[in-house]
Amino acid sequence: MIEVRNIVKSFSEKIILNDISFDFFQGKTNLVIGQSGSGKTVLLKCLLGLHAPDSGSISFNGSDIVVLSNKELKSLRKQVGMVFQGGALFDSMNVEQNVLFPLEMFSDMSREEMLERVNFCLKRVNLENVNQLFPSEISGGMKKRVAIARAIVFNPKYLFCDEPNSGLDPYTAILIDNLLQELTHEYGMTTVINTHDMNSVMEIGENILFIKDGRNTWEGTSQDILTASNQDLQNFVFSSELFKTIKAKSI
Amino acid sequence: MGLIASFGKYLLFIAEVFRKPERRSIMYKLVIKEVFELGLKSVLFVVFVSLFVGAVVTLQTAANMEGSWMPRYLIGFATRDAVILEFSPTIISLLLAGKIGSNIASSLGTMRVTEQIDALEVMGVNSETYLVRPKIFALMFFNPLLISLSMFVGVIGGWAAGVLTGECTSSEFIEGIQYDFIPFKAVYALIKTLIFAFIIASVSSFHGFHTQGGALEVGQSSTRAVVYSSVLIIVANYILTHLLLG
Repeated sequence: MIEVRNIVKSFSEKIILNDISFDFFQGKTNLVIGQSGSGKTVLLKCLLGLHAPDSGSISFNGSDIVVLSNKELKSLRKQVGMVFQGGALFDSMNVEQNVLFPLEMFSDMSREEMLERVNFCLKRVNLENVNQLFPSEISGGMKKRVAIARAIVFNPKYLFCDEPNSGLDPYTAILIDNLLQELTHEYGMTTVINTHDMNSVMEIGENILFIKDGRNTWEGTSQDILTASNQDLQNFVFSSELFKTIKAKSI
Repeated sequence: MGLIASFGKYLLFIAEVFRKPERRSIMYKLVIKEVFELGLKSVLFVVFVSLFVGAVVTLQTAANMEGSWMPRYLIGFATRDAVILEFSPTIISLLLAGKIGSNIASSLGTMRVTEQIDALEVMGVNSETYLVRPKIFALMFFNPLLISLSMFVGVIGGWAAGVLTGECTSSEFIEGIQYDFIPFKAVYALIKTLIFAFIIASVSSFHGFHTQGGALEVGQSSTRAVVYSSVLIIVANYILTHLLLG
């Protein structure tokens, strides 16, 4: 579980996150939603320790990362998996080497054990016979799946995803969403997903934080969204005619 | 950013680069890979440039000595000193700052803007040590070999040009390159090469590593890397010459 309390973060006197408090639960897909520029990515980078908040606390199972030393933070990061928006696969390595990388750096496994684990993770994300291909030779959806395989290869306790299905076709996007939800339940991870994809919100939103102008504006589940009275949330989620129709039919 | 702030940031960056690596065995592999990528791939370029510049130095020296009382073996002498003291260590290093420096800055800059460096950080890897240290070690190991090769090829180029154009005989040229040879001059050149290799690798890495933005900024970082490396090489050349030969 990750507990965020009263986080404030500003850049050059512009406040990006303004007093955000929220609990991200273990074994659930926790979604952070909001318009572009609302502060989602900055919040994610604060959770990862890539940005230090101006004030507030971020506790990973009781351990506040804001006050951790660099060494302690690096140690904690070994329990963290991250799926970046563009995948962030290493261009100079093939698929197998990309997934193998965290194991090579930090595990004491034998080469055979490592390769076995890599193949298991690639199979788990429905990728086979792509081990020797380079990132430039695979599709966007495959890159995301390789990134997910790399993120889970070390059995992380926490999984972070920044816009995991941006730039993907609707079918592949749903596959990625479902895969992330399955993995979250299977491994009991605390998964935090940044998204503004409404399909994702309705499909896998088990615990949702809606941010507007850097503030915690609403929280709940995907089911709560349909009946939420928060006007900002309604304007954001049901901005398209399609979703307005779906909402009307659901109610 | 002010010059002093940039310099401070550079020093902190270098301190991070020389932190203990996560896996020493991986570091060795990376150094070997960088020797191939940054060093071996520059050999042909250096040989080609050195051959022709050595030849041009010989022809210019010969042209300046036309009709004078000076003995022809001085053509070999002048070529040797020009190549060993200045051309190979400094001019080749400047050319390598362009070739290798832009390569380093653009590859690290691309890694930064595509979040590959963030990915390393999130995994708990010290990205400066992992990405930059192998480049510095590889260049400091390989550049002295490359510059030694350049000196040899430059003198060969000078000899070929002198003999083929009839400006001097083979024996005159060889006598010239042996005349009044002071081994410390070669040591001085190699010391310069080591310092220049460090400048090229660290300054280019610094600019690439701190790229912010997109493709345009990667290009700008690459340009800055070449400009700053070249300027620092020129300044360091003066200081080292003053300290070692002054």
